Amino acid sequence: MIDRADAAGALRSPAEARPHPLWELTKARLREFGREKGTIFWVFGFPLLMAMALGLAFRSTPPERPRVAVVLPPALAADSPAARALRGLLDSPQLQTEQLSREQAQRDLARAKVDLLVEWDGDRPVYRFDPMQQRSALARALAADVQERALGRQDRLAIAEAPVSEHGARYIDFLLPGLIGMNLMSSSMWGIGYALVLARKRRLLRRFAVTPMKRSHFLLSYFLSRSFFLLLEMVVLLVFGRLVFGVEVRGSHALVLGVGFLGAASFAGLGLVIGARVENTEAASGWMNFVQLPMWLLSGTFFSYERFPEWLQGPARLLPLTALNDGLRGAFNDAGSLWDLRRSVAILAAWCGLTFVTSGRMFRWY
Amino acid sequence: MRSVPSTVAIRCRALTKRYGTHLAVAGIDLEIPSGECFGLLGPNGAGKTTTVEMLEGLTPADSGEIELFGARWGAGRDDELKERFGVQLQDNQLADKLLVEEVFTLFRSFYRKGKSASELLALLDLESVRRRQYAQLSGGQKQRVAIGCALAGDPDLLFLDEPTTGLDPRARQELWEVVRRFRAAGGTVLITTHYMEEAAALCDRVAIMDRGRIIALGTPRALVDSLGLVQFVEFESPEAVNAAALEQLSCLQSVERRGEHYRLRIDRSLGSLATVLQELDRQRVTPVGLSAQQATLDDVFLQLTGRALDGENPAAGAELRS
Repeated sequence: MIDRADAAGALRSPAEARPHPLWELTKARLREFGREKGTIFWVFGFPLLMAMALGLAFRSTPPERPRVAVVLPPALAADSPAARALRGLLDSPQLQTEQLSREQAQRDLARAKVDLLVEWDGDRPVYRFDPMQQRSALARALAADVQERALGRQDRLAIAEAPVSEHGARYIDFLLPGLIGMNLMSSSMWGIGYALVLARKRRLLRRFAVTPMKRSHFLLSYFLSRSFFLLLEMVVLLVFGRLVFGVEVRGSHALVLGVGFLGAASFAGLGLVIGARVENTEAASGWMNFVQLPMWLLSGTFFSYERFPEWLQGPARLLPLTALNDGLRGAFNDAGSLWDLRRSVAILAAWCGLTFVTSGRMFRWY
Repeated sequence: MRSVPSTVAIRCRALTKRYGTHLAVAGIDLEIPSGECFGLLGPNGAGKTTTVEMLEGLTPADSGEIELFGARWGAGRDDELKERFGVQLQDNQLADKLLVEEVFTLFRSFYRKGKSASELLALLDLESVRRRQYAQLSGGQKQRVAIGCALAGDPDLLFLDEPTTGLDPRARQELWEVVRRFRAAGGTVLITTHYMEEAAALCDRVAIMDRGRIIALGTPRALVDSLGLVQFVEFESPEAVNAAALEQLSCLQSVERRGEHYRLRIDRSLGSLATVLQELDRQRVTPVGLSAQQATLDDVFLQLTGRALDGENPAAGAELRS
């Protein structure tokens, strides 16, 4: 045996020299992850679909013109002021008008198919509308303005209008950094926490523990492989946002990546805490959802958390996903500097420290 | 620490382990010389796995001493110790999506010295599935991969915990062959099993465990001989056999009956075999599937504990003896 082993050792080419365990462990993680088709969809495909669907559903379109039902008077002198006002109303590009019978017009108004009903009492127009409806109020104001102008009213104040259409203020500009944040949360937590619990359940951790493998190598390999996919996840969403919706990073790309990395690390830390002891995958799923649920609700991924009551906003700001979303949006939309993002960065760094120390104390190999 | 070359691979004294109120291991002493294949034989729950995992350093012992190659756990040289043995754990599942050769390369990377993936593939006859994912392997192939991982560091000592449970006879034979090759090259093996024929086929010495204790220890031959000179005659007979008349024979020790199945325990000699057959012939019994058998380690266990060794269902064993 000894002889045979020595002979084999002598024959072994330098290419077959001992591979480095950290590199081998990292490769194994990357392969396991990359060969799981379901994971690939949920990590890369799903956020893209979500961005696509929400981006299209909430894309910026000009506000719809108010709809006005016009009930024609029985007879009007052709050149009377009332007739000119009526023509002005029907010709206005700011309103969608249609001529209806009185019954039809009232039915449509009752069903909110039209915002305003205009009829005539002799040569006096009568406006029927629900003053509680914003669009009806707008329709009323516009209709009055149009009719006044048709009779020759002049503006006394020369108002200059400067229409604003700034990138960075659309819903998709708000949404995309939030989607990146949420994606980093789920992929980092599941990628670390669930994978560890699965390895423990399959007694793989025990198996590794009876080899001379360095435990630091094992945990480090999880972080290296996660970092690689993190980069990929962010690049895919950034490129997608840029190509499909023209979402631009107005701040520095390095800052976006840096904040993303820090956020992913704090979620990896949370995953580590969950994966430190839990022994079955069902319990792991439960813990994951339990930890993520408040962040789905409160961290302002889909709409700003500033709409929440004051007392809720304080705690919400301390959640890692809120800090990550704020940080990403600061770098994306506000072209913030590292100093501008210090609050988010500090919160994320605190989460990293807390979770890494806790998981280090709790971790069970078997 | 001194590192005196030791000819004793495993030594443990007064090893105990308690889980709650259950005493899983109740004081075990073992001394296994290098080059031996030693079997821990016993039913499920006898404490075999706990014992092995304490030796491997996975489970801390409540009390007792463990030495592997003269070194103790926790003496600051655990990693060096781990370089010297390989482990196959019970119910161990490797990463589903890795290819067989990738699994081997991974495990090889943990050890300072060892066998390359291609050497392991050849050694375990897995070359035809080297590019197949672990999840797609058969039970026997998975178990060979597990043993390949245990051999990746070219160890001096191999721990195998029920390596053939659930395998078909052919896969079991193939695995035995791997163990024999490891032994032939001078390796030491500690194997647990509840298959007595596995222990008899592979092991130089066997310890029979029950309820956390070793109740018998010796070579398989010596353990069987401890039953005295006995053999068993088994057959089935649709006609009733006159058991009272059989028991008159001086060479007959006992009769077990289960339905039409009879098992006679008789003295181990050709003469006593002939006497029993003559008596059956005299009773005009036409036995079906008649066989004469040596006693086995199963019988030793039965003798020592009053229970059958593979007694998943103890009631079946009880019925057999009624």
